Amino acid sequence: MKAIGLIIVIITGGLLLYATQDFPSWGDPASPASTHIATYHLEKAYEETSVPNVVTAVLADYRSFDTMFETGVIFCAGLGCFVLLRLFRKREDSYYRHVSTGITLHIKGGKIPDASSEFERIDTLWTPYDLIVKAVCRILAPFVQLFGLYVIAHGHHSPGGGFQGGVILGASVILLAISHDMRTAIGRVSEKTIHILMAVGVLLYAGIGALCMFLGTNFLDYGSLSRILFTNEIEARSLGILGVEVGVGITVMAVMISIYNNLSSEGRQDEGL
Amino acid sequence: MSDLVVALVGKYNYWLCVVLMMIGLYAVIAKKNLIKKLVGMNIFQTSIILFYVSIGCKKGATIPILEHRADHSVLVDATHYINPLPHVLMLTAIVVSVSTFGVALALALKVYRKHKTLEEDEILMQLRSE
Amino acid sequence: MIEHYPALIVVLPLLFAFVVSGAAWIRKSLCFPLAVIGMGLSALFSLLLLVQVAATGLVEYRLGGWETPWGIGYHVDYLNGLVVAVVTVLAFVNMIATRKNVIQETPEKAGAFYSLYLLFIVGLTGILLTGDLFNLYVLLEVASLTSYALIGMGSGRAPMSSLNYLFVGTVGGCFYLLGVGYLYIMTGSLNMVDVATLLPQLFNSSAIVMAFIFCMVGVSIKMAFFPLHMWLPNAYGSAPTASAGLIAPLMTKVMVYVLIRLILTVFSVDFAFVVLKMGDPMVWLSSLAIVAGAVFALAQKNLKRMFCYIIVSEIGYMMGGAWLGNNAGMTGAILHILNDAIMTLCLFLCAGSIFYRIGGLDLDRLKGLFRKMPVTMACFVTGALSIIGVPPTCGFFSKWYLISGGLAAGQYGFVAALLFSSLVNAILFFRVIEISYYGDFEDHHGHGSSPEAIMDSPASMLVPLLIVSLGLIVVGFYTGGIVSHLINPILLKQGF
Repeated sequence: MKAIGLIIVIITGGLLLYATQDFPSWGDPASPASTHIATYHLEKAYEETSVPNVVTAVLADYRSFDTMFETGVIFCAGLGCFVLLRLFRKREDSYYRHVSTGITLHIKGGKIPDASSEFERIDTLWTPYDLIVKAVCRILAPFVQLFGLYVIAHGHHSPGGGFQGGVILGASVILLAISHDMRTAIGRVSEKTIHILMAVGVLLYAGIGALCMFLGTNFLDYGSLSRILFTNEIEARSLGILGVEVGVGITVMAVMISIYNNLSSEGRQDEGL
Repeated sequence: MSDLVVALVGKYNYWLCVVLMMIGLYAVIAKKNLIKKLVGMNIFQTSIILFYVSIGCKKGATIPILEHRADHSVLVDATHYINPLPHVLMLTAIVVSVSTFGVALALALKVYRKHKTLEEDEILMQLRSE
Repeated sequence: MIEHYPALIVVLPLLFAFVVSGAAWIRKSLCFPLAVIGMGLSALFSLLLLVQVAATGLVEYRLGGWETPWGIGYHVDYLNGLVVAVVTVLAFVNMIATRKNVIQETPEKAGAFYSLYLLFIVGLTGILLTGDLFNLYVLLEVASLTSYALIGMGSGRAPMSSLNYLFVGTVGGCFYLLGVGYLYIMTGSLNMVDVATLLPQLFNSSAIVMAFIFCMVGVSIKMAFFPLHMWLPNAYGSAPTASAGLIAPLMTKVMVYVLIRLILTVFSVDFAFVVLKMGDPMVWLSSLAIVAGAVFALAQKNLKRMFCYIIVSEIGYMMGGAWLGNNAGMTGAILHILNDAIMTLCLFLCAGSIFYRIGGLDLDRLKGLFRKMPVTMACFVTGALSIIGVPPTCGFFSKWYLISGGLAAGQYGFVAALLFSSLVNAILFFRVIEISYYGDFEDHHGHGSSPEAIMDSPASMLVPLLIVSLGLIVVGFYTGGIVSHLINPILLKQGF
């Protein structure tokens, strides 16, 4: 297998390198890629959409259809992990600790103590109780979320946008799951909430597009939103871009949390890393 | 000889990306451990992303974020800014790569749950004896 | 409304997919009705779009309102319109027919299953309608990801086969992306029609040749063209019934469409046949694919795996027809996309129906099935006749066009492979029919039913199966109309 792999790789690499002889040099400002479509985008993006960050303008307005399917791809990944891994049966082995005396119980397939203040569930992989880590992460989580919201909202003026902000928002909940344990994180943001948020985010994106279609123009043409937002067309495009970025951010956050929950707990969503 | 040097100086970024791609492709084909194949696939996709992003560079240009001003009709000199289109395309490609990685990890976990091993030849042996 | 059809065909299943996945957590019983409505609306609009395209010739749609090539545009001509109608209608039929299979095999995740089903259809219809090369890649990945999850849901060797399919499929998609990257560096554009106008002066460039080869290799990996077909029998053979019935007839045919679209619209016929002279080697490779598929199918002991190798053989028919380089060959290839999708769906629905009742698909468990499941086996016989190529089923007509194209181009090896494959298909299917007609039914489940009692599948499975089998004959009768109204105009425009 290694020999076949080496032969395939050498032939493919050789063909790819042979084909680069006709390429324009790196950084050539007169190359076809730099002059054909990109010039139009750079020159017209600000006056047509009032968004200074040209990457966001192209991503969410000129090629917004691609971005909608990109959000669809990440939705598929979240749903795919759920479908492949989720087991609704409870684990065979579980560990409980009696709070007042500190005795640990190992229960194998028998009756499990009810959730009460006397017995608390502990992870199979024992980790030491670390006050500093837990307290710091609990205090930091809202600041991380604030930063995530800032990245989403400021995508018009600086590098950022829905995807990046969504990942940061998801990371704040995953931080809670890693520093405390998964049951705490799921208690804060339940599985049902996550799945509904996944759907809501992408529905917001596709819904804005469908709304544009109802108002008369083509799908995802934000100009028609000016009728219901009482502003001119250019500002309506800017607001439309903000709307879809928010939708993307919601979905990406929910999918990141869902994939982490399913992967690290092997589908049972009771114990994690 | 001199045009080889000229070609090297002008296109070394594309050559490096091709070398990275081939490393990733070799790992997907030749390695036996499922996680190693996955990492190889990720290297392959990431090097294609680097390839595209390097298409967009221009000598002496800055990032494509214009200054925010109230006057919408000021002329913008396009040669001052790098090409935004490959960046947009690669945002999509990064998301696709992460999603594929997530689904692949879920499948690998499912395989591990059933076969208790991640080596491809052991798994094939177990499947053949079923 | 009428001008929004192209967008609605793709957007409606998308919206319904998200609603279904949300509804799965609120009220489970709503999932199937919502999914059927979404799929049905999409099928309806694609048929209406086909009527519109047949009347006007070309339908273009600007997404986001921007002119191409600054934005993304949909470009629908006769070829797209035909294939998208076929894809959506067959997916709709399959959804209704395999409802009981889904309840039997994966009951607690049915909501997520239907959501992934609709997203797969979104991916396929998007690939078919788009006029932008990068948009095609994104939708290809949507379709691929959902198919990995849909196949991996099964039991047994499904997760390992799906993981293998994932590795191979992702490498194929990345090769296609590399090809598009090379095209972008040389032309600066991503829109198919725009690239086609910019390419002719660049025909001698090695980068364009490599772009073509990498796009071809990437698409060939995804369509399971021999020798890159290794993932297909394992993946489709171990998938759950509803997934196999959805993915097997449709995915590979849509990839054949992508290949034909790249040859006809983007790279132009001159480039593929005159500049590169790739016609002859590709026809030889296709003949090899046909023979290999047929020979491997003979060795299989499981009905579904036998069907998978027949699919590999059929892909050889279509590739060979496309690369023959004359009108009859390309007509045969396009007609075969339509016919093979219907035939494969018919066979997989039969397999699903048999699996629902018997629980296994090994050939020796099919003994005496003719008496037990007469309707299913009658439809199976119709599908078998169509694959062998017996008139008046549709399989005969596409094979006729392919053979006459092969004779006109002087490719006698291809013609011989086609006839050999028909013979082997006849042997395969008569073997199955003989086992199921003459044996005594062995009851493995211990139901205690008497040998004469009929225990065919429920009506919700049989009615769609009957419709599809009748469709095989009806499409056969209408072949002349389809060829003259829908296929010939495209080929004449491209200079065939």
